[in-house]
Amino acid sequence: MGITRRQVLAGGIAAVGTAAVVRNPFASLLDHSTPATSSTDHPVLVLVTLYGGNDGLNTVIPAAAGAYLSGRGDLAVPADQVLTIGDGLGLHPNLKAMKRLWDAGQVAIVRGVGYPNPNRSHFRSMDIWQSGVPERAVATGWLGRWLDRTGTDPLRAIAIGPTVPLALRGEKVAASAVPVGSVALPVSAPVADAYRAMMGVGSSGLAGSVARTGTDLLTVERALGRIVDGARASEDEGSATNLEGRAQGALGPQLDLVARAIAAGLPTRVYAVSLGGFDTHANEKDAHAQLLADLDGAVDAFTKAVGGRPVTVLVHSEFGRRVAVNGSGGTDHGAAAPVFVIGPRVRGGFHGDEPSLTDLDDGDLKHTTDYRSIYASVLGNVVGVDPSVALAKAPTALPLFRS
Amino acid sequence: MPTTCKDRRSVVVERDVDVTTRRIAHLHRRAGFGIGGDALERAVAAGFDAELARLTDLRTAEAATPPTLTPIGEVDPKDRRRLRADAVALATWWLGRMVATEQPWREKLTLLWHGHFATSIQKVHVAKLMYDQNALFRTQGGGDFEALTQAVAKDPAMLLWLDSNTNRRGHPNENFARELMELFTLGIGNYGEGDVQEAARAFTGWTLDRSTGEFRFRPRLHDDGSKTVLGRTGAFGGEDVIRQVTTSPACARFVTAKLWSHLAYPVTPDHPVVASLVTEAPLDVGALASRIFRHPEFVSDAAQQGLVKQPIEYVVGVLRAVGVSGAVVEGRGPFLLATLQALGQVPFAPPSVGGWGQNGYWLSSASSLARLRFATVVAATVPVPAVEDASRGDRPDAMAHVLGVEWSSATAIALQSVADDPRALVALAFVAPESVLS
Repeated sequence: MGITRRQVLAGGIAAVGTAAVVRNPFASLLDHSTPATSSTDHPVLVLVTLYGGNDGLNTVIPAAAGAYLSGRGDLAVPADQVLTIGDGLGLHPNLKAMKRLWDAGQVAIVRGVGYPNPNRSHFRSMDIWQSGVPERAVATGWLGRWLDRTGTDPLRAIAIGPTVPLALRGEKVAASAVPVGSVALPVSAPVADAYRAMMGVGSSGLAGSVARTGTDLLTVERALGRIVDGARASEDEGSATNLEGRAQGALGPQLDLVARAIAAGLPTRVYAVSLGGFDTHANEKDAHAQLLADLDGAVDAFTKAVGGRPVTVLVHSEFGRRVAVNGSGGTDHGAAAPVFVIGPRVRGGFHGDEPSLTDLDDGDLKHTTDYRSIYASVLGNVVGVDPSVALAKAPTALPLFRS
Repeated sequence: MPTTCKDRRSVVVERDVDVTTRRIAHLHRRAGFGIGGDALERAVAAGFDAELARLTDLRTAEAATPPTLTPIGEVDPKDRRRLRADAVALATWWLGRMVATEQPWREKLTLLWHGHFATSIQKVHVAKLMYDQNALFRTQGGGDFEALTQAVAKDPAMLLWLDSNTNRRGHPNENFARELMELFTLGIGNYGEGDVQEAARAFTGWTLDRSTGEFRFRPRLHDDGSKTVLGRTGAFGGEDVIRQVTTSPACARFVTAKLWSHLAYPVTPDHPVVASLVTEAPLDVGALASRIFRHPEFVSDAAQQGLVKQPIEYVVGVLRAVGVSGAVVEGRGPFLLATLQALGQVPFAPPSVGGWGQNGYWLSSASSLARLRFATVVAATVPVPAVEDASRGDRPDAMAHVLGVEWSSATAIALQSVADDPRALVALAFVAPESVLS
């Protein structure tokens, strides 16, 4: 079977599209919750990016610490409400599934994650996280450089949503992007052929990028067309929902699509999904609780759907928030924060030291763990490449996985 | 050899026309939403200078009916259905205005400032306030940059968006002060953390009067103590801080780079072209844009091939090219907003205060699919007589004329292969690289 998988990969896109169908002709009859342990399962990374700066101190909570209580005031989560996980820490009460996975040894919580000279700009800090380069602005992502080095197959990495985040953009190529909903082409076969011909000419510059993403679309449609539920694509309602006031793009449907793509046996090694709305400068308590409930519910459904497959979920944000509450019942931009790494192959428990709540850097937590040590571990153990491919100064990988 | 001379002269004249046509079409793609057909021919006959003057003349305001939105006093924050209906009505109204306007440069500037002072209805909730901000960009977006920034800082939607409304003495909220420096005026590296914290104090007491929906300064909430911002010390108020940052040389470079990036090709403030555009005079947006459009580098290959259309520009450009009316747009709001959502750019809902990205940000397999779907629907519902009436062999050229573009040979061959079906040709033309690029 391993040879078959390699042959499929070598055979390229057309072969994969066919293989996905042939390999699993009764997909709809299979129970997704049944652990699938066939040897064709390859490790998969699912990157969950929380945009806006998730409040790490109200996610993994030092609920009894005096400096937390005095700093947070009314925003502090009471110690009798947190879900205790040891070391004086507790998960936010809305992270119930996360607690269950923690108890099962499937959650690594990396504490105090950050980088030197923390930047409190959303954009710069998110670029630092997604590029994997804290020293200077670069135009490629940490996983984009892996894509650059491993060919052009657009199915290696898939971002859910209209755009591809920096993390998955390389210099020459980028991940594919797939909408939640149908990917069916709206045109007849002759027009599709003309489209293919029009986009198939290798040109340089931006015109070349337009052509490449057009060609990628044809590949993606071929691979995913059969697994995406077309009935779901009620687009008119979708746009109205987005304007309504909730953070853009619910996480649940994004992860649901990823789960079905994994079940269908796509060769994809990396998926990217996101949840926005974490920039809680004002009236944080209820809004943040709701966001964590959304995250928890989506992760709960996803981990059940992928069962025992070797899937690793990495959850991070661009920074944490200030220790002290501000005058608006919220918190301003901070620095170090916890990162979650979830999955059956993960070495569960705490990694990295909890930052001091009193020895602060201008009101912010000092980082104890470099974010690139997480990337190095994930690259080696999940993506399956030498970390030096993506990280110039590859730091020591954290022991996040069971060998 | 008189005939040869005459022939040569006619070749030269023809080439000049081509150059002018190309230059004016490029100008209209950047300062507007594109131009083609008879309008392009008239503009070429008038010449580049006359067309530039006409296109960028903002002295008279265009008459337009404002959208019908729930008045401030009647907004019920719990009535989500009505909030949503207002949000859809507002976004649809703006699309209709962009499609119908005879002042495309004014709408283009409004869109540019919406992306620069990026404010989202997802937090502001009240469509009327978003409309007021949109009107502010429309009326003041082509003038003095400090005046524009002063007005934006007191704009009710902005007061809510960046939490100025809850920024008070003793408990400063840094959100507005930080983005003012980082994203609106100076850029990273031109201020320090201390400047943000001190400036935040200067903006304390800037609140929104919920009953009127207007700015209100509350002295009792204001910290009137001494602050030090960008090396100067005084009992500054918010206006003083804005004056100081907008008159800083870093601001001129930052804003010039922003405009050049959206009108020519992306640059950082340290790019040489920025230095060649900055002057000693107070930063005036209209004057700066005029320098950009006349800059030799504006017509360079790098500039001509330097931008991908933003989705809003793309959708509006297609609809204008085929002569859709504003009224038709108003009737197809849900479809157009669904298209824009699939492309990643919903009006009044930027993903963050950083606005939207550029170029590669808009290119993905998902956006290719969304463009193809949009193009197919438009081509199926809106006839393009210039293409349908042309002979089969002339149809690719006829469509190029409608859009004011020139096809690459690959595109021309692909279009010719479906020329039996004019609507398929039109749809394919809308998604060709030449139509996706600005």
